[in-house]
Amino acid sequence: MINTTKKNGIRVQPIKNGTVIDHIQAGQALNVLKILDIPGTSQGTVSILINAPGKGVRKDVVKIEGRELESKEVDKISLIAPNATINIIRDFDVVQKQRVKIPKFIEEFVRCINPNCISNSREPIISKFYVTNNMPGNIYLRCKYCEKTIDENIADYLH
Amino acid sequence: MNFTNMDIISMKDFSRDMIDHILNVAEELEPVARGEKRSNIFSNVLLSLLFFEPSTRTRMSFESAIIRGGGNVLNLGSLEASSISKGETLADTIRVVEGYADAIVLRHPKEGAARMAAEYSSVPIINAGDGAGQHPTQTLLDLYTIKRESVLDGVKIAIAGDLKYGRTAHSLCYALSLYGAEINLVSPDSLQMPEEIVNDLRGQNINVYQTSVMEEVIEDIDVLYATRIQKERFPDVTEYEKVAASLKITPGLLDKAKIDLKVMHPLPRVNEIDASIDNTNHACYFKQSFYGVPVRMALLSLVMGRLK
Repeated sequence: MINTTKKNGIRVQPIKNGTVIDHIQAGQALNVLKILDIPGTSQGTVSILINAPGKGVRKDVVKIEGRELESKEVDKISLIAPNATINIIRDFDVVQKQRVKIPKFIEEFVRCINPNCISNSREPIISKFYVTNNMPGNIYLRCKYCEKTIDENIADYLH
Repeated sequence: MNFTNMDIISMKDFSRDMIDHILNVAEELEPVARGEKRSNIFSNVLLSLLFFEPSTRTRMSFESAIIRGGGNVLNLGSLEASSISKGETLADTIRVVEGYADAIVLRHPKEGAARMAAEYSSVPIINAGDGAGQHPTQTLLDLYTIKRESVLDGVKIAIAGDLKYGRTAHSLCYALSLYGAEINLVSPDSLQMPEEIVNDLRGQNINVYQTSVMEEVIEDIDVLYATRIQKERFPDVTEYEKVAASLKITPGLLDKAKIDLKVMHPLPRVNEIDASIDNTNHACYFKQSFYGVPVRMALLSLVMGRLK
């Protein structure tokens, strides 16, 4: 959750119902919005903090009024913000708080970096990737088919 | 160790124990592959060869392996006359052909095609090259050649040529890392082995030395593995000719080498190896090409459950 302190000057209104995504790696908030298709499908208020002071490192925070995330959305977020926490808010209370869990294997929502990969052809298959997190925050994806890896700008390959 | 119905897609799927077993079976089958011993190991076997791009040698080597063991092959024939030219997907082709054969050998221009084919096939898929991706039977026959002609454990090898794009070199390096090899990479600066592969090898405590000068490594190595350098990788012909000449294997170069150094090449060669080396004890590339037969015979017999 976001602390409202006069010392560092951050002021974000608490939300009544919705989701707070905290501890997003600094610089990734806009990619989180892209993953969640905001503002495309968002009805409620969305607050964004970019480069907020955290414990030792800067972080981004996204607060979404009136929406609880689906597990597939959380899986996507974990790939670009592996340390994020998802807080579900109901009637101003945090009813659920959990760190994103990085899946070992993902299907469908990542496009392979290799234009000549069979998964980028007209074959009736969906993309599949093994996820490796060998150092905290250092995620890379290996295509099950062509074995090419995506190790940076993962957000560019999400769909 | 049970290989029955296993798909052969990528060297990354193999442990050292599995490779050792395949190489041992290949050695047992070598007299059959040479035509010195009759065998019915593939009696009543039909092997389908689906080559979506030409590769005469690989195809003939598989045909030789299966026919020497008493089996038969079904060839795809010309692509123009087939359903593929009408726009059929590979997934559909595989589901049709699996009904005709006991195993399918696939060569395809798209990377990952063999892995996908394996998802659709109930019979084993053997990857005979998928685009710039994997070609595991080439790597296995390279390892077999080193085992038969030199020493595989802790081999001191130099791999020369286009190491940036050459899948043969990448795959061989990964496999040699299982055998504690000392790897010397000889290439022009513009065609060096990708950094991620070099880092992976060093991460496995493999000694890797990179140079563009063949003379720096020639004295110490057991095996010299030459690969083709393609003209189109260079901005102009002069640059290509300069690099090609600096990496050319000549009698003068081999004068400095160990007496039992073996020279390998996946073939076809262009002018990487001087023809006068062909008749020396160093030349190993035509044997290497033959060794593809016992190795493919071993793989086929294991995945079809004819041998354990």
